[in-house]
Amino acid sequence: MIDWLSPEEWTAVGLSLKVALTAMAASVLPGIAVALILERGRFWGRQVLDVLVHLPLVLPPVVVGYFLLLGFGRRGPIGALLDEQFGIVFSFRWTGAALACAIMGFPLLVRAIRLSIEAVDRKLEDAAGTLGAHPVFVFFAVTLPLILPGILAGMVLSFAKAMGEFGATITFVSNIPGETQTLPSAIYTFTQVPGGEAGALRLTLVSIAVSVAALLASEWMARRVRRRLAA
Amino acid sequence: MSLDVDIRHGQGDFTLHAAFRSEGRLTALFGPSGSGKTTLVNAIGGLIRPSEGRIEVNGRVLVDTRRGIFVPKHRRRIGYVFQEGRLFPHLSVRQNLLFGRWFTPRDQRKASFDAVVDLLGIGHLLTRRPATLSGGEKQRVAIGRALLADPQLLLMDEPLASLDEARKAEIYPYLERLRDEGGVPIVLVSHSVAEIARLATSIVVLSEGRVRASGPAAEILMHGNLLPQPDRGEAGALVETRVAGHDEVYDLTYLEAKGGILTVPRLPLPMGAHLRLRLRARDIILSLHAPEGLSALNALPAIVVAIDEPDGAGVDVALDCAGDALVARLTRKSVETLGLAPGLPVHAIIKSIAFDQEALARMPPADEL
Repeated sequence: MIDWLSPEEWTAVGLSLKVALTAMAASVLPGIAVALILERGRFWGRQVLDVLVHLPLVLPPVVVGYFLLLGFGRRGPIGALLDEQFGIVFSFRWTGAALACAIMGFPLLVRAIRLSIEAVDRKLEDAAGTLGAHPVFVFFAVTLPLILPGILAGMVLSFAKAMGEFGATITFVSNIPGETQTLPSAIYTFTQVPGGEAGALRLTLVSIAVSVAALLASEWMARRVRRRLAA
Repeated sequence: MSLDVDIRHGQGDFTLHAAFRSEGRLTALFGPSGSGKTTLVNAIGGLIRPSEGRIEVNGRVLVDTRRGIFVPKHRRRIGYVFQEGRLFPHLSVRQNLLFGRWFTPRDQRKASFDAVVDLLGIGHLLTRRPATLSGGEKQRVAIGRALLADPQLLLMDEPLASLDEARKAEIYPYLERLRDEGGVPIVLVSHSVAEIARLATSIVVLSEGRVRASGPAAEILMHGNLLPQPDRGEAGALVETRVAGHDEVYDLTYLEAKGGILTVPRLPLPMGAHLRLRLRARDIILSLHAPEGLSALNALPAIVVAIDEPDGAGVDVALDCAGDALVARLTRKSVETLGLAPGLPVHAIIKSIAFDQEALARMPPADEL
């Protein structure tokens, strides 16, 4: 089974999973916060934030990657600051790949959570208030459990997007085997060399398997949550 | 308990300007839809912020716009039972009931879980999810949930409106027990005269955002012209009676009022049980002489107390029936023909069918049978 893929290919698969899981985990909390702000907030600049969040959805991924390179590269204003102050480096590291994937998946995550927040009956939150619950408690005890299906759906979308992200990642952190060469980059590399078709096909199959597994897992979780709410 | 409200609130074209004071155990806010009842309870419960005014419960100021006071809803300790129940779908019935407990300081917890569950008859539902409950069960759980937060006042916004007659009949006894034994004053929103006649101790009549009348239930219900137009025919007297006996042969029950014995179709109530009857003004006719050869079973001697302002062809005549206040709706013409005037002795003839069907439908709680 192990022999089925070469060590280099295993490295690419493992790296992709690590990058995608990191991107997903890191963007959940900001995603919930931004979805809440966009759905419930009333402040000047809400529209601007909305557009900013959705930009990665409509911009060419290469453009997003280039922006990241400008901003988070070693010499970029944010990248230089993070490097000097905290020693955090994104450029040409797997963390940079995770950052690119998180940003590309963020609009999908936020959209899914927003839809579920919109569907929450605010009257339930009022009811919780009349029972003495502080708004913060209402959020954790009523709102959050009710939007859980949306959060799960958003997480799966974010994970799937990260598994497939190519343009922004390769532009920002290049295609370094063992550090930034994720599944799509590895497949791309295989297609660029003579005799690489077999490797490309194997990795493609892995990619399909991971995506299908993620979808099934999310369906299963969503069904459990729905059953809890309905029955 | 005391509830003092004087608020002004604009909502689009509609303005609510309501001022009243109530000390009843169950105050009904009564009026047709669109009269501002829900806006008023929402203001008391803290769900909306009135544009202007003052709200005080038991001497505690909850809203005073002039002094910039607005206590947020989670600090008011006012329970709210909504029309649609609003149970938390992701929690079990038990968790729903205990939700408010988190926020009640230990030393202020008075309502006992077992007592409330018992009062509302929901012990067998505790492990269920709200989605599996019937409409009536949901409302009982919602009432229990509000009670267990130990509120100082319980608001109920047409808690029975979404239920059919059978379900309503199932909940009435619980509301009566709550009123009589619950120890928490209640404000009930309703647009049904039958409902408030059965439950209310005081009534506030609302119409187009204004308070038209407020006072003890029996007094308000006597005066048809205080009620909104479509309900005038429903005006009538509330009479407290006691079951004095049953007639097995004719399937009848005798009820003792101050003015005499009333005969009604057999009721499933034990001897001595108390029953509040509503005698509608339009179902009472007056005679100068003791009636003879009439099919109506109930005729009580009474004395004319007052004759109301006429309202079109009709006029309400207030009667004293040995201490029970009754009211009869006659035509102005009859009043003149009979020469009715305060102090005149008459006979009030009550058709058997005039007894309030809903009051008759009352089944006592199982432990009283």
